[in-house]
Amino acid sequence: MESRMEFTYYPGCSLEGMNKAYDQSARLVSKSLGIDLKELNDWNCCGASAYMSIRELRAHLLSARNLAIAEREKKDLAVVCPACYTNLTKTNHYMGEDAKLRRTVGSALKAANLQYMGTVKVRHLLDVIVSEIGESEVRAKVTKPLSGLKTAPYYGCQFTRPLGDYDDKEFPTMLDTLLKWLGAEPVNFPLKAKCCGGILMTTNESVALSLVRSLLDCATQNGGEAIATICPLCHMTLEAYQGNVNKAFSTSFKVPMFYFTQLMGLAFGFSKKELGINQELISSKALLERRLEAR
Amino acid sequence: MSEEPAERRAHELGDVFLDAIYAIPGGDKIKQCIQCGTCSGSCPTSYAMDYSPREIIAALRAGMLDRVLKSNTVWLCTSCYYCTVRCPSGIKITDMMYELKRLGVDFGLVQKGAIAPTVSKAFVNMVDNYGRVHETMLVMSVFLKTKPWALLKMMPQGMKLIARGRLPFFPHKIKGISEMNKCAGAMTGAMVGGLHPGGPSAKEA
Amino acid sequence: MAEKIGVYVCHCGSNIAQMVDCKNVVDYAAALPNVTVAREYQYMCSDPGQEIIKKDIKELGLTRVVVASCSPLMHELTFRRAVEEGGLNQFLFQMANIREQCSWISENKEMATERAKAIVGAAVKRVAFQEPLQEKKVPVNPNVLVVGGGITGIEAALQLADSGKKVYLVEKEPTIGGYMARFDKTFPTLDCAACILTPKMVNVAQHPNIELISYSDVTRFSGYVGNFTARIRRRPRYVDEEKCNGCGLCTEKCPISVPSEFDCGLGKRKAIYRPFPQAVPNVPVIDREHCLFFTKGICKVCVKFCPRGAVNFDQKEEFEDLQVGTAILATGFDLFDASKVKQYGYGRLPNVVTSLEFERFSHASGPTGGKIQLKNGQMPQSVAILHCIGSRDTNFNEYCSRVCCMYSMKMAHLVHEKTGAKVYEFYIDIRAFGKGYEEFYKRLLKEDTVFIRGKAAEVTDFAQTPAEKGKLIVVAEDTLLGITRRIPVDMVVLSVGFEPRKDAADLARTFSISRSQDGFFLERHPKLAPVSTASDGIFIAGSCQGPKDIPDSVAQGAAAAANALSLIDRKEVTLEPTVAVIDEESCSGCKICLGLCPFNAIVFDDTKKVSRVNDALCKGCGVCVAACPSGAIEQRNFTDDQLLAEVESACASAK
Repeated sequence: MESRMEFTYYPGCSLEGMNKAYDQSARLVSKSLGIDLKELNDWNCCGASAYMSIRELRAHLLSARNLAIAEREKKDLAVVCPACYTNLTKTNHYMGEDAKLRRTVGSALKAANLQYMGTVKVRHLLDVIVSEIGESEVRAKVTKPLSGLKTAPYYGCQFTRPLGDYDDKEFPTMLDTLLKWLGAEPVNFPLKAKCCGGILMTTNESVALSLVRSLLDCATQNGGEAIATICPLCHMTLEAYQGNVNKAFSTSFKVPMFYFTQLMGLAFGFSKKELGINQELISSKALLERRLEAR
Repeated sequence: MSEEPAERRAHELGDVFLDAIYAIPGGDKIKQCIQCGTCSGSCPTSYAMDYSPREIIAALRAGMLDRVLKSNTVWLCTSCYYCTVRCPSGIKITDMMYELKRLGVDFGLVQKGAIAPTVSKAFVNMVDNYGRVHETMLVMSVFLKTKPWALLKMMPQGMKLIARGRLPFFPHKIKGISEMNKCAGAMTGAMVGGLHPGGPSAKEA
Repeated sequence: MAEKIGVYVCHCGSNIAQMVDCKNVVDYAAALPNVTVAREYQYMCSDPGQEIIKKDIKELGLTRVVVASCSPLMHELTFRRAVEEGGLNQFLFQMANIREQCSWISENKEMATERAKAIVGAAVKRVAFQEPLQEKKVPVNPNVLVVGGGITGIEAALQLADSGKKVYLVEKEPTIGGYMARFDKTFPTLDCAACILTPKMVNVAQHPNIELISYSDVTRFSGYVGNFTARIRRRPRYVDEEKCNGCGLCTEKCPISVPSEFDCGLGKRKAIYRPFPQAVPNVPVIDREHCLFFTKGICKVCVKFCPRGAVNFDQKEEFEDLQVGTAILATGFDLFDASKVKQYGYGRLPNVVTSLEFERFSHASGPTGGKIQLKNGQMPQSVAILHCIGSRDTNFNEYCSRVCCMYSMKMAHLVHEKTGAKVYEFYIDIRAFGKGYEEFYKRLLKEDTVFIRGKAAEVTDFAQTPAEKGKLIVVAEDTLLGITRRIPVDMVVLSVGFEPRKDAADLARTFSISRSQDGFFLERHPKLAPVSTASDGIFIAGSCQGPKDIPDSVAQGAAAAANALSLIDRKEVTLEPTVAVIDEESCSGCKICLGLCPFNAIVFDDTKKVSRVNDALCKGCGVCVAACPSGAIEQRNFTDDQLLAEVESACASAK
């Protein structure tokens, strides 16, 4: 692979619409840090969890096609969505371990003149920033530290489970670390890696809502003023359904949600518009005015 | 007391299903389940399941398929992978759940009234036709099929999202969609696990 | 002169005869060149079977014998002895394995018979090239080295010392007693651990035949069975053992307090300290990392107050070589590090403790004076004990640690007794296999212990209901009820499993013994030789061989002592002569063989510039033979002529 700061970039389907702000802010801050993100050419959906629920081999094929195209670029593949990370990494891993799968998928790829030799490494952008870029370079870019903004770092499930060995599977700390570098204060958040129930929102809303409620409870009880996310589905779930949670449980949550790249962008001095913060469903205006603008 | 035809069918399929699970990478570890309950204790949604993940494994090994597939369990799995990383026997329980979802759909053995299979099938359809998932279209098609009145309830939220430019109107079709389908077509006939139910979404692809 | 070979084909009941047509093989053998007689018999290893061989040697003047039967591991020695008793050198015998390597693995009778004929033919060809050899006898030094002064080592040492043998008991801590000295009560009798252990410790200290070398370790171990040399490193206590009378004044006056290792860091000790009050030897040791004199050159309060002038800061490390005939390793275990299993909150949540920490709380001379208490000093009203932490788990250790179920129940009893708190045991299985163990389980049930069958999934402090506020919540599926339960408790005790000691790999290397896959020392045979190792004269006992409770540890300590005594009282051991021999004429002095020998059996003669094999150390593994580029090394009874004859014959049969 070429220089570690050049990556092929896989945004994933949810970054095209609902989570556009994540894409915007990720590209902006990556550029600031000298991470070159070249979007993967003609990438296809990774399959999320839905595809694997219906078809196994074709789900692997979806990831294999992406990996095959990425391999041509001879760079590692950067993702911002843990589900995309899991699917791509799982296929990568299983194809390496299971000869039958490797043969089956390999021969299918041939039909489109594609091949995958297993050389691509998939990385989550947070991992790249914390492990590769590192503290001094990130801190050097911070022009407007986040003044101790009490943030609950929310990782969700698939950032490290099952195959993300770069951080702890029960209590990861990468986002906590990054928040400190940005001048924010990561609060103690025991449920930081617990499931948000996102994929159940349309199929079993009541179960999903109680999972979201626990997370919001825990984050706020521990003093969190905002929640930082690293997964578009978690973000959307916690953001769009706070109202439903309030209705179901007679609570009154109004917790602003930030993608971690938006918080980075704010600390680096980008405007709210540039970072897509104006697209949010729960207003962070008051919070930001109170905590950050008076700097 | 003779079994009902559906029960008998589920019973006969018991071995077939176990073999399918053994065929997923690392699948035969399921034989080593010591029924410790770590998976169920770790599962965020097990409290709402008819049968916990541990009970599903016990039922599978006992050939009691109707319990396994007609319950709400498999479609309540959120793929959080806690069970998989904590299981002392190293069983890939989440992957097993995916396999059970697929088998349920293939054999028409799903919980009555479950909408999750419908959602997943709509998702798959979309990917097969466009290569990517267009959220607006997906949500619309799912709700229209399952609970159209809920769409009305979501209108205010929907308007907010449109106003913020988060609900694109036009789906994007990838350039390589036909060649992707060519690859998929090339996999028909590849049999993994020797299972061929003859259903529309056959096991092999 | 042509040899006169006798060939004997065994039926081994039906083990061989079922597949191999023995008559056919006998006829074949009889027709081979130099074969004087070929016979078959039901059980060659039986007395009558052996008589046939002896009779034929005497009456027919046989010069070589081949027995076609089972694996040499079974009966090679039997037949060698029979041959010797018949008047022929025992190394003029060859065994042909037509059972494990033929009858038991062939698919049909034709194949089995052809195979047997080929094997027998090869043995016949080979045996003609064999030479008579003499076993070597070496004396056995009656002294014994026991490494490790826990209950196992103590038992072994006392047994040996009582039988009149001199024992060197080497212990790396400043005191003997091992883990048992840290326990409060022992299951199932609830005996006080110190009460039953300390008399034995005192016996060791007072026994005329035991030389206790504490605060020391073994840095090198060389030699061969009956004749080992152990290099001991005595670490400096900075207190003269001869002068000290154990009054304890130095400890009382020392101004420096640090966390106590004996108390798992929960209590304090001084920089000059004894690990616990009944320590043997009853002599303190100075921890130079924290002692003010060593770190800053000041203080010396201990010197000021010592009435015997026993403090000596000038003490140095000393090395000593001991000559022993046998060694017993009783080096014990380490506990699994519970912080690896993050979901249980050890190290992150308050009041989550390990079983050993619980023992220290419960112990009368522990950090809390025997009170089970929480971080805030209060008594818990509810305690959860979680089984199988780090055991039976592919993510950590696959094996079961054997003792945790029993010690978990013991802890439950202690909690009841001392606090009256409600106790929950989260288990997968209850392993109560020993004498009185199942009865102990029943006793705990009678005491209203709540047993929940379900391995704890996690321990959390995030309360979901008012009842859970301020508590530790154990989340587990109650598998017998089929419900996931959240049980709020004040204290969580983790029943951690056993692991091999961190230095087990180094120890194994020092003593040239193997370890099994789980890292514990490897026994010679799991069923029939649990305390011997593949290295003659070196024995293992106690938890260094695998997790076990005190009765089994004591039993193994005594067993190892018996094994050692058996060797010692033989007065001499016989060494196999099938060793490597270097032809000094052909040796080019390249020294390739020296580095390859796993037993350090080859030495280089600097004057003659050739290598030489010490045939007492050589185990006949054959590595040097194969590696020698000059072909200067041959192995007795595995010479090139012999091996080639065997191979050529086998190949010819294979056509």
